[in-house]
Amino acid sequence: MSERFISLEAIARRYPAPGGGTTTVFENLWFSMGRGEFVCFIGHSGCGKTTVLNILAGLDSPSEGGVLVDGREIGGPALDRAVIFQSHALLPWRTVIGNVSYAVTSRHRAWTRIEVREHAQKFIDLVGLSGAEHKRPSELSGGMKQRVGIARALSIEPKIMLMDEPFSALDALTRGTLQDEVRRICQETGQTVFMITHDVDEAIYLADKIVLMTNGPDAKIAEIVLNPLPKDRRRNDIHRHPAFYPVRNHLIDFLVSRSRTFNDEIRAGRAWDPRHPPEVRPGETSAPVLVASRTAGAA
Amino acid sequence: MNLSLTVRAAIVSIALLAAFLAVWHVATSGIGPVAQMDPEYAKLMGATATQGKSAMPGPGAVIGKIWSHLVNPFYDNGPNDKGVGIQLAYSLARVLFGYFLAVAVAIPVGFLIGMSPLMSKALDPFIQVLKPISPLAWMPLALYTIKDSSISSIFVIFICSVWPMLINTAFGVASVRREWLNVARTLEVSPVRRAFTIILPAAAPTILTGMRISIGIAWLVIVAAEMLVGGTGIGYFVWNEWNNLSITNVITAILLIGVVGMALDLILARLTHAVTYPE
Repeated sequence: MSERFISLEAIARRYPAPGGGTTTVFENLWFSMGRGEFVCFIGHSGCGKTTVLNILAGLDSPSEGGVLVDGREIGGPALDRAVIFQSHALLPWRTVIGNVSYAVTSRHRAWTRIEVREHAQKFIDLVGLSGAEHKRPSELSGGMKQRVGIARALSIEPKIMLMDEPFSALDALTRGTLQDEVRRICQETGQTVFMITHDVDEAIYLADKIVLMTNGPDAKIAEIVLNPLPKDRRRNDIHRHPAFYPVRNHLIDFLVSRSRTFNDEIRAGRAWDPRHPPEVRPGETSAPVLVASRTAGAA
Repeated sequence: MNLSLTVRAAIVSIALLAAFLAVWHVATSGIGPVAQMDPEYAKLMGATATQGKSAMPGPGAVIGKIWSHLVNPFYDNGPNDKGVGIQLAYSLARVLFGYFLAVAVAIPVGFLIGMSPLMSKALDPFIQVLKPISPLAWMPLALYTIKDSSISSIFVIFICSVWPMLINTAFGVASVRREWLNVARTLEVSPVRRAFTIILPAAAPTILTGMRISIGIAWLVIVAAEMLVGGTGIGYFVWNEWNNLSITNVITAILLIGVVGMALDLILARLTHAVTYPE
């Protein structure tokens, strides 16, 4: 990849284990992504995907290694990286516009009240919440709350949006609508997105790249799946595309068995370089093949 | 019957009050034994001995007394004869002074304890020892060091109301949801702004609950404190009327203490409600 807008370099995260010693969630983890890309991390619970997101957000720091965003190493949370929390994390004593305005005033400290309001209103309109500005979070449905979370994240116009399973607490219908909205907004604004999910269909619909993580502890980035579906895919006919089922089966196979047995594959002689995990594009031929393995040996 | 619960409860309340007043009236209306005695001696003995009347006043007498206090609450006929309004005002002033002093100390210190695990652990032994001390036990020490009875009673109010507010503030601040703090961190909110815009509103219901407990305790303690230090205040009034053997005035004062305490509690309950947020 030519541009490394966001780059995780040899990061590791270790915790003290209960019985002494340390537990390594992951180590020597490398990953980079370009501007405007939509990346999904997929893996089972406990593989450390949320830890990766928290490190990227600056809420957690790596035990080793570093994170570069737009060429600079990050030193903590910052306004250039907005987080959309799984639990939406709205401030319940503020209204919808109050929650969004809180973020806007944090970004633009010198703005007047009217400027802040207008800016916040723009993003409330963008997520389709016009008319609900003065409601409190407790009066909103789960989907509407997450819309506010998205509006709050977008309103600070971040370089990257970090989403931690943003739709997992929603019912299927609401989840579908919100995925459509997020896709529309990201395509309109060219937003760079790093998202964590364990929903295979969500990853295929939204992501340009799907990063497969093996089970923890000692989790690894096994492969990076380049989404073979066209950029202008639509929810209602995506499953008719010839590459849809190959890519879906590839992801499900990984989650069902390979996420568990990947370490055995390496031990059995599979070539795998942590700095350059193989990039695959399932569905281009009859079987998944390596298209961009930069490793010396053959797979 | 399709009356609402409130109406039915009100009917029962009124019935209970009426029954209580009736029993009280009968119990105090002169059915005891009458001793035969010399008329000169009878004048000295009073109504209890001569007519078998109870020394306890009946409800009528008390209601009359309350009325006479209510129509003229602020008269001042010298140190031992002030209107009950003046006495209540003295007590309220002491309570509010000591209470707001306690607010000014407890909330910042509670914030410190809630935000710093180190300070929480370091101050915990002091709080645990000081908290269960009866506020009146401080009175001799306060009188000796402050040398002013009125300020000493304010100090006693301060010391009794500081603990519930301190503990509740520390608890409320320490248990602010992690995700709200994370929101502030990702938005690069300064520590001062975070304290006022995230921690304070999040902990406000818990803090106000502590303040409500404190005002209740303060109002309980002021009566006892004023009985000790004397001079002015509703506690002193009760003790003075006991020395005057005016049971009517004592009962009147008891009722007024109850009503004022209820009003204080209601105000704090309203304030707590105003800062409570549904999740």
